[in-house]
Amino acid sequence: MNISEIINPANLVYEKPNVMNDTPMHYCPGCSHGVVHKLIGEIIGDMNMQDKTIAIAPVGCAVFAYQYLDIDWQQAAHGRAPALATAVKRLLPDRLVFTYQGDGDLAAIGTAETIHACNRGENIAIIFINNGIYGMTGGQMAPTTLLGMKSSTSPNGREVPTAGHPLNMTNLLAQLKGVCYVTRQAVHTVAAVKKTKKAIQKAFENSMQNKGTSIVEVVSTCSSGWKMTPADSNDWMVENMFPEFPMGDLKNE
Amino acid sequence: MSNEHNKDNEIKLMKGNEAVAHAAIRCGCDGYFGYPITPQSEIMETLMELEPWKTTGMVVLQAESETASINMVYGAAGCGKKAMTSSSSPGVSLMQEGISYLAGAELPCVIVNVMRGGPGLGTIQPSQADYFQTVKGGGHGDYKMITLAPASVQEMADHTVMAFDLAFKYRTPTMVLADGIIGQMMEKVVLPPYKPRWTEEEIKKNTPWATLGKPADRKPNVINSLRLEAIDMEKLNLTLQARYREIEKNEVLFEEFDCDDAEYIIVAFGVIARICQKVVELGRAEGIKVGLIRPITLFPFPTEKLKKHAERVKGMLSVEMSAGQMVEDVRLAVNGKVPVEFYGRMGGIVPSPDEVLHALKEKLIKA
Ligand SMILES: Cc1ncc(C[n+]2csc(CCOP(=O)(O)OP(=O)(O)O)c2C)c(N)n1
Ligand code: SF4
Repeated sequence: MNISEIINPANLVYEKPNVMNDTPMHYCPGCSHGVVHKLIGEIIGDMNMQDKTIAIAPVGCAVFAYQYLDIDWQQAAHGRAPALATAVKRLLPDRLVFTYQGDGDLAAIGTAETIHACNRGENIAIIFINNGIYGMTGGQMAPTTLLGMKSSTSPNGREVPTAGHPLNMTNLLAQLKGVCYVTRQAVHTVAAVKKTKKAIQKAFENSMQNKGTSIVEVVSTCSSGWKMTPADSNDWMVENMFPEFPMGDLKNE
Repeated sequence: MSNEHNKDNEIKLMKGNEAVAHAAIRCGCDGYFGYPITPQSEIMETLMELEPWKTTGMVVLQAESETASINMVYGAAGCGKKAMTSSSSPGVSLMQEGISYLAGAELPCVIVNVMRGGPGLGTIQPSQADYFQTVKGGGHGDYKMITLAPASVQEMADHTVMAFDLAFKYRTPTMVLADGIIGQMMEKVVLPPYKPRWTEEEIKKNTPWATLGKPADRKPNVINSLRLEAIDMEKLNLTLQARYREIEKNEVLFEEFDCDDAEYIIVAFGVIARICQKVVELGRAEGIKVGLIRPITLFPFPTEKLKKHAERVKGMLSVEMSAGQMVEDVRLAVNGKVPVEFYGRMGGIVPSPDEVLHALKEKLIKA
């Protein structure tokens, strides 16, 4: 097949969502961030919401999310995305407002902003990429790092006496009355990707219907931080991350 | 300063903090985000009582911390909205990261600091010891904040309005730097006239960079202070510095009392300037030719004015409720031409006119 045959619409099985830019991504091969970005792009396109969306980018590997999705963005200070989103949605109640945050951003430095935005029931969606590590700063321990898991600040593996247990933020947030939808998903298989897409779409619809806060946790891989190949990362995630962070809905009101 | 007040020019009696709340609603503020702290809690309390969301549509939200409030301000400002917060010294310390982000992202907003004594938890008594934090950049990086220093309840109202105008004119965070006395004291005030909040069409016109959702006919708007490449980061800094030079050229405000024939000049801002007006009276009654300069903007500072006076006077005295902070800017302006001395009290103690006059004699006239 030559190129013109390949790009013939009849032969296309896969295409880039319109809401995505042509910018090459800086994410490492196998990183979950890129897949989730694409899903968000698809959903915003499907929902025809490009002109109604304001997204809040975190500090973390996704700090450059604004380069990849063709929508209006605000880049927040580390952990403060839910505070920004609160104000944006309060002042523009007819818009789709979502944050996109890593586990360090959402579950460590931004814990207070996350809990209080959820507790107030802000009509925002929170996309929470939980890869159990600080990707951007070079693989340090995160609040979600598993016991025994090695990182550059837990070189012998995380231990309870010094670092405590992994923090399960999503379970915690599901307790809050302001929260209407909490789900935990992953993007390691085609089936999982499809389910995650449905979950994010639902979270976005909730934001538009002003139903309260929605949280979609995506248990993710960080092959660079974990020091594994992308394929091994997926296996390792299923074997080790899923028991601590089980898949499925925690709340759906 | 906005001189067009109520048509009926109705005179009201209220606290400085209350005047800020009324002025914010009247000037078309879109959102207030704050966290309680003495001596400024009346600002949010007044707003909650006035319920502007039922009239102008202004959002008033009690945040979980000052960190959250300043970041809510960032989010609102990023949408081209007129957003503000208020706090007192410890809370403003907590906001410094956010203020630096606002400056870096070129976002307009208003922050009111009703200063109290520090360091640490300090005291709820008045102070001016956040001068350095405010005008020298309390957060990281090279940035400046336009700083207005009200000396009366009237100015608490006027400066709130003016701060929004300046913030949007220069796309920069702007501080109203008051202290516990002005926040708490009751005085006569004529409130500014009502201005409607900007419509979305007006926001699009006035702040084309605002994130309101990307229509098909423009590129995405991105509110951001990140520049990974050194050359890009320097470019942003140069833009900011050029803007600060413009502000220094255009926006200096001060007030002078009896300076024409003065041999000695007192420099004081905020409520201390009012005490020093009394000092000028007392001094003149004793035959001392003393005048007063009250900087109204602390950044930009009335450097040129002080430099001119330095060519004729015998000395200057900076009087502050701190260990001596503004005095450094007075010395920089005067550049060694004449002696510049300092007198101040700390910890919430307000100097009396008599002790300031005594200090003037001891430090400048006898010496
Ligand atoms: C106030 C502040 N503290 C620390 C940092 C450094 N920092 C940048 S990203 C990051 C951690 C990001 O980890 P995570 O949120 O898990 O996202 P990931 O990179 O794994 O996607 C840290 C600590 C910062 N930018 N700001
Ligand atoms: S460091 Fe980890 S989280 Fe960051 S891009 Fe690479 S794989 Fe993804």
